[in-house]
Amino acid sequence: MSNGALFLAVFLACVVEAVEALTIVLAAGTGRDWRSAISGVLAGIALLAVIVAVLGPALTLVPFGGLRLVVGGLLLIFGLQWLRKAVLRAAGLKARHDEDAIYAAELAAAQSVPAGGRGLVGDWYAFTVSFKGVVLEGLEVAFIVLTFGANQRDIPLATLAALIAIMAVTITGLAIRAPLARVPENTMKFVVGVMLTSFGIFWGAEGARAHWPGADLALLIIVPAVAVFGLALVAVLRCITTRPRAAAPSAR
Amino acid sequence: MTRRVKAFAAFWYDFVVGDDWRGAAGVVAALAVTYGVGASTVPSWWVLPAAVVFLLPLSLWGAARDTAANRASDAADTEKS
Repeated sequence: MSNGALFLAVFLACVVEAVEALTIVLAAGTGRDWRSAISGVLAGIALLAVIVAVLGPALTLVPFGGLRLVVGGLLLIFGLQWLRKAVLRAAGLKARHDEDAIYAAELAAAQSVPAGGRGLVGDWYAFTVSFKGVVLEGLEVAFIVLTFGANQRDIPLATLAALIAIMAVTITGLAIRAPLARVPENTMKFVVGVMLTSFGIFWGAEGARAHWPGADLALLIIVPAVAVFGLALVAVLRCITTRPRAAAPSAR
Repeated sequence: MTRRVKAFAAFWYDFVVGDDWRGAAGVVAALAVTYGVGASTVPSWWVLPAAVVFLLPLSLWGAARDTAANRASDAADTEKS
């Protein structure tokens, strides 16, 4: 259960963030200069790899109880953020992520800036936009890889899941040369939010000296319970937000 | 220099805490309560699930209220114009 969940959580989180980064890179490459955009991607991936390579072994040296307390707490905070946004989107209270619209905006921005290079980089704008896109979107994934991997004592598996996700998104993106607007990002974000929240609850409590009934088997209850709770909140919010609109015509 | 430090701190605050600081504060408080209850003979595994049941709707309610207020304001502006 735990290794499968580790792989799924990292893979889905990485696909979502990679799709968002791909949109930015595609706009920078199409609107400006592909060579500079790809250089920015490689520089960003190299920085993220250094972060994981340095912090990964360091995290495994931290005492297990303390690690689970801190990492569990951080995962729970992250999970609640992901879940909150996913529930708001599903309930229609927050705009859904639209890769086509984001691509159009990024492309217009890229085409409005005058060209100019620095050093070995032919187009500085394309390089920095791609670099920032990859690092900012990837930092959260690096965090998830490190925390899930360190807690499960299996950072290589978490890294593998992230690499497979990045490769899948990159190959698909290069093949169709368009934003991956059909990827069900909002559903995937909901699933990632559920996973992060569930493991945050489990590890955070264990780190704070709690003992789960059934030990690891408790996760089989926690994960579906969090998912059902999230879906129930979506239903309640939808009900609350659609009630005035439904009443409006009859009031006229 | 000070501006860069502030920007760096703001980035990490946004990265870790996000849109709603009450969620992060609530999680820290819940972990402290779990630790405290765990020191006694009473089981403490239920504290974090209970915290999520409380914190997530609270955060969503705040966001829903803000959205409703913004929509009402936009509708009022549209009617005026």
